[in-house]
Amino acid sequence: MGAPRLRRGLWGWVAVFALAAAVPLLKPTGYVYDIGINVMLYSVLAYGMNVLLGYTGQLPLAHAGFYGIGAYAVGLLTLKQGWSFWAAWPAAVLLCMALGYLLGLVAFRTRGDAFSIFTLGVGVIITSVINKWDALTGGNEGLNGINPPQGLEALSRSLGLTLNGGFYYLALLTLLLTVVLVARLRGSVFGRSLLAIRGSEDLARSAGVNVFAHKLRAMMFSTGLAGLAGGLYAGYAGFLGAAFTGPLTTFTVLLHLLVGGLGSLAGPLVGPALMYGLAQGLRGLEDYQYIVFGPLLVLIVMFAPQGLVGLWERWRARRQGGGHA
Amino acid sequence: MTTFLQQLFNALSLGGVYALVALGLTLVYGVMRVPNFAHGGLYMLGAYFTYEALTRFGLPYLPALLVAALLVALLAALMERVIFYPLRDAPHVHPMIAALGVLFFLEAAVQLYWGADFKQIPEPLPGILNVGGVVLTWQRLLVIAASVLAMLGLNFFLKRTLTGATIEAMSQNREGARLVGIDTGRVGMLTFALSGALAAVGAALIAPTQALTPAMGEVMNLKVFAIIILGGMGSVPGAIVGAFLLAFAEVFGGAYVSFDFADVIGFAVLVLVLALRPQGLFRKGT
Repeated sequence: MGAPRLRRGLWGWVAVFALAAAVPLLKPTGYVYDIGINVMLYSVLAYGMNVLLGYTGQLPLAHAGFYGIGAYAVGLLTLKQGWSFWAAWPAAVLLCMALGYLLGLVAFRTRGDAFSIFTLGVGVIITSVINKWDALTGGNEGLNGINPPQGLEALSRSLGLTLNGGFYYLALLTLLLTVVLVARLRGSVFGRSLLAIRGSEDLARSAGVNVFAHKLRAMMFSTGLAGLAGGLYAGYAGFLGAAFTGPLTTFTVLLHLLVGGLGSLAGPLVGPALMYGLAQGLRGLEDYQYIVFGPLLVLIVMFAPQGLVGLWERWRARRQGGGHA
Repeated sequence: MTTFLQQLFNALSLGGVYALVALGLTLVYGVMRVPNFAHGGLYMLGAYFTYEALTRFGLPYLPALLVAALLVALLAALMERVIFYPLRDAPHVHPMIAALGVLFFLEAAVQLYWGADFKQIPEPLPGILNVGGVVLTWQRLLVIAASVLAMLGLNFFLKRTLTGATIEAMSQNREGARLVGIDTGRVGMLTFALSGALAAVGAALIAPTQALTPAMGEVMNLKVFAIIILGGMGSVPGAIVGAFLLAFAEVFGGAYVSFDFADVIGFAVLVLVLALRPQGLFRKGT
């Protein structure tokens, strides 16, 4: 049960967010802010993937593509149409949800394996379109000079923060919104229907769940969160290139999610926090970090498919069981 | 007309390579029900092994091809033993995720050893044959001949030998195969080895006409997955038909529509087919 679980762990969540909110009081450097913001962006992405993979049991491999669409939507609307960031951001989320809906209409005609293969193809198409459509996206040159959100700098200054501090709080609010939304989803009838679909599509259908419609909504939720993260990334980074929208980013999110714990509420937060930090340590290795991360992903799937959160819960359950015995 | 014949010739050689790579993938899917995302990695590895055998050990082209096929086959069998066999009863997303892990590992490992820059394999049979204005390169003729040979060999193996028949039996019905005494673990390993060898042969054949990069497997991965979805996952004839369909769509689409988006054409076809017939063009099982 999701909502009760959130309530039970509520103080834990309050503590985590309170601690995170207190970080700027220590006047950290820009590097610390950068790590924090990136962890939170990856975390929102992982929550989005978790809705489909962890709850619904579908492996979507176009996730980074929607991250890219959200980012480019904000970049293009603010740069070329002169929109304010605060209008472009929700628009990007809506766009990602609409595109997710369209993708789902076709992709969910297939089941299981074919769905993943199909979305992998869609992800590659999104990246190559972004990369080759020079007139719109700037192609290889990328998109330069996206302004930070209007008023964020002034607001940050008035709170005695740098602009990065402002971004940090904005990312934290985004993450909070995401966690609350996902927790509510998980506790709702809709969320439980998704779990039923994960268990067995046929069984769920025979219990009166409209499988197709539920998967479509889960997809929109997932791509919407990807767009949310992408939009914020565009404002924060100020520069966009096609590279981060590719399969490697999807793979990274998948790794984060699996390390943290598939289908849990805390996993998508724990995974990125740990793995992004680790990746920073391995930064000298650049591309070669996947020599370590590739086998790590295999090992997790084989020996700890529920991730760290799963291990923690099993350990706690065993201790409690021991206490009763 | 010459242009048309020229394109036809190109499409045939491309389709032959696609068929070889897609056949391995569809066999593995038929037997193990695993979409092996690492297949493109095996293909890429086959190309690099061929390159290494040619340049470092100075082997002639044909032995180099065979050595690469053997090595990749062994590696694929090992992969089945260590990863996919233990995961056979796990939820179906788990082996897929593991395969992705293997793919990115292989890419990073190849990049570490051989570097990220382009590598080139010299053509084993340089020169061209001019038939009525149509330029036939020996390499492409070799590709067509070798892929047809490999497909005939595979067909003979699957239809006429006992070992081959166990593969067919297992892809038709896993439980039934076990009931009549087939060692399904051994067949799984064998199928993986076979798929690795086919991917490596395909890679060694097409490598002299292309440049090698660590990312070459990702592109091929998508194409062969498109092919086996088109042909019906697990279907052998479907994979061959799908391979030539894709090759024709790419070559003629590239020649008459737009060269830039030749790679995307396959996916346009795929989206269309999935929208109309989600089970693929040649349905076989589910």
